[in-house]
Amino acid sequence: MRLPAWLAQHLAALRAVLVFTVVLGLAYPLLLVGVGKIPGLSDKAQGSMITVGSSLIGQSFTDADGNPIPKYFQSRPSNAGDGYDPTSTGASNLGPESVVDTLSDDPDTVSQSLLTQVCERSAAVGKLEGVDGSRPYCTADGVGAVLAVFHSDGFTGPITRVVSVNQTGAPFVATYQGVTVESAKNDEDYRALGGVITPIRGDAPATPIVPADAITASGSGLDPHISPAYAALQAPRIARERGLDLTRVQELIDENTTGRALGFLGEPGVDVLALNLALDGK
Amino acid sequence: MAGWLFVLTLIAALVAVYKPFGDYMYRVVAGHKHNAAERGVYRLVGVDPAAEQTWGVYARGVLAFSAVSLLFLYGLLRLQDKLWLSLGLPAVTDHIAWNTAVSFVANTNWQAYSGESTMGHLAQMAGLAVQNFVSASVGIAVAVALMRGFAARNGATLGNFWVDLTRITLRILLPVSVLFAIVFMVGGMVQNLSTGADVTTLTGGTQHLTGGPVASQEVIKLLGTNGGGFYNANSAHPFENPSAWTNWLQLFLILLIPFSLPRVFGRMVGQNRQGYAIAAVMAILALGSIALTIAFETHGAGTVPEAAGAAMEGKETRFGVVGSAVYAAVTTLTSTGAVNSFHDSYTALGGMMPMVNMMLGEVAPGGVGSGLYGMLILAIITVFVAGLMVGRTPEYLGKKIQAREIKLASLYFLVTPILVLSGTAAAFATGNAGTALNVGPHGLSEVLYAFTSAANNNGSAFAGITVNTPWWDVALGLAMLLGRFLPMILVLALAGSLARQRPAPETEGTLPTHQPLFVGMVAGVTIVLVALTFLPALALGPLAEGLS
Repeated sequence: MRLPAWLAQHLAALRAVLVFTVVLGLAYPLLLVGVGKIPGLSDKAQGSMITVGSSLIGQSFTDADGNPIPKYFQSRPSNAGDGYDPTSTGASNLGPESVVDTLSDDPDTVSQSLLTQVCERSAAVGKLEGVDGSRPYCTADGVGAVLAVFHSDGFTGPITRVVSVNQTGAPFVATYQGVTVESAKNDEDYRALGGVITPIRGDAPATPIVPADAITASGSGLDPHISPAYAALQAPRIARERGLDLTRVQELIDENTTGRALGFLGEPGVDVLALNLALDGK
Repeated sequence: MAGWLFVLTLIAALVAVYKPFGDYMYRVVAGHKHNAAERGVYRLVGVDPAAEQTWGVYARGVLAFSAVSLLFLYGLLRLQDKLWLSLGLPAVTDHIAWNTAVSFVANTNWQAYSGESTMGHLAQMAGLAVQNFVSASVGIAVAVALMRGFAARNGATLGNFWVDLTRITLRILLPVSVLFAIVFMVGGMVQNLSTGADVTTLTGGTQHLTGGPVASQEVIKLLGTNGGGFYNANSAHPFENPSAWTNWLQLFLILLIPFSLPRVFGRMVGQNRQGYAIAAVMAILALGSIALTIAFETHGAGTVPEAAGAAMEGKETRFGVVGSAVYAAVTTLTSTGAVNSFHDSYTALGGMMPMVNMMLGEVAPGGVGSGLYGMLILAIITVFVAGLMVGRTPEYLGKKIQAREIKLASLYFLVTPILVLSGTAAAFATGNAGTALNVGPHGLSEVLYAFTSAANNNGSAFAGITVNTPWWDVALGLAMLLGRFLPMILVLALAGSLARQRPAPETEGTLPTHQPLFVGMVAGVTIVLVALTFLPALALGPLAEGLS
């Protein structure tokens, strides 16, 4: 008996899916799992495990409350779970103009803009390392320096009102173009009220002392590296906490710095976990 | 400087493999000798490898295979808790399973789920990775059928879909995957069936390290321009992309097949210079886009990048800004959609570039197969425009471009813009755009990016938007499905119509389609068509954000 053409075609399709599932979905990956058991390759195929984790996966060096442990080099900020959680990898996904916080009494609706996160981290790193943590577009108290400017006719006309949208306390500037700056109230959406969102640059240097990787979260949330600049910034604290020579700490940083692969691929990075292990003498 | 060396070495490597790898692929799709493994597959599938198919039969084969694949994958995801290696994860919910099944069958790999908390190892390797292979083969097969249409002299057939599917999978994708999976493992990528390990960190905390058959899936994710990550963080995850050199190799694998297929085209139509011309158009558009993306990202304009001092949010230290920007451009110039950094946090204009790349129709060089047939459609539109200027019947490679051909080509071009723009409008009209994390122009960009990515079968995202709601899963699923298979049917219809024509002899007045003039014209037509279609939408999103 001859099957109708459409049925024959779908039967062939079903058989093809089954055949390819066996070949590509079982034989192929299992063969490679087998290859991954070859000595020399097996450590890597198993995840480059060391006694305290994986040499490829970054870790937090904080105490139970999330505060930095001073004797350890600190990793970059992380958005993987509560920080460096491999079961919940990912990034903030906040855009370059994410500058307005949602302020509220209700902790579930409170959210920080990316700008405020950056400013807050910079202030915290500055305090920890004893350096100036100021940055462009940041207030001295470590939030985004952003005003909502109201004009009499929408986008034009004289300024009628100015609000510092991320601050409920004293505004970071007293006046803006002659108009007194108000502080923000909880649960108020100044953008929806017609305010023009205006970030204020301030007079912080264009190249702040705290480097960019120290105050931005990575893509994976598991970034094992920090920039050599951020490591150098932390070195005096480590030397002080551990009673070591600064030159010795710098040596250890250099030993645990991965240069550009083949001299031109990627960026140099300091392996934070390896460096902290070296400091602990492990 | 190091960034430019990165790009230059990539170009050099692609130039070096263009001929040998292109010739190899040509022999695979043009050969008629089948080895024992292939004969075994034909027997198991129950097809006659010598049977030639008309475009209709070929298209029905593509659709039948894809429909069965979709149902099979949907079933596997829905039943994962009852099968092995589920890691204790529950069955995938119905709307996410539908969205994911469409996504992987359509070579899109849009991910409305987070890999490490949704998919067990069996679903990953026997479900998702299998489609990574075969959906790529289907794309290449359709491109090959179109080439045969150009090459045919008054014939009615385009080859045999089952033979193409089998040979492309077993002779091209599988051997390259085995080889580079091992190379990736040397680089530190994991490959095991472990359920993960709980470790005590240096400071006494706990960390659950995940395992999985990552290397085997990673390589085909790139080689097949699929893009779906094993883990949520995709190629930003150190287990999926451990170092700067694996990052380079990932980009090479993404570009390998799309940039070598023009060679197959040249061989097929008997004029290698036609292949060079197509590759040149792809290269010009690609280099322009990569250069702009690097420039925008390293310049770092915008409030947060200026506050931070560099656009490092969502980027990994080992890749840096340049290694991330090149990846973002390449993944969207092709239909890959893998990411090693998160596009949502790019500068406004840097984040616009991936969108523009996808809007170009992913033809520079595009997805495996789909990039080439997309580019050939644009070449047909170009000869048509050029023919109108001088008042001659346009022809391409001796085949006359008449009413039927230009109708099919125009319809092809219209499919994705209609899906992108009407989908975006529908999201706002129904209030579903409210799931975007960011507000204002950036929120519009997130919605526009989602539909652009789905309809063009890319799969990358401005990932701030929450898309695992039933509305989003269904809407984007439809965009992926129609965006993949409507163009394929149109391409095969066009191939059938070209195959029936006897080639016209070249005359004095024939527009040469292998010279710089034509290369420039195709690139120009591509940019003009895309700009006319998408500029209004871009003006409201990334341009408004970048210029305010």
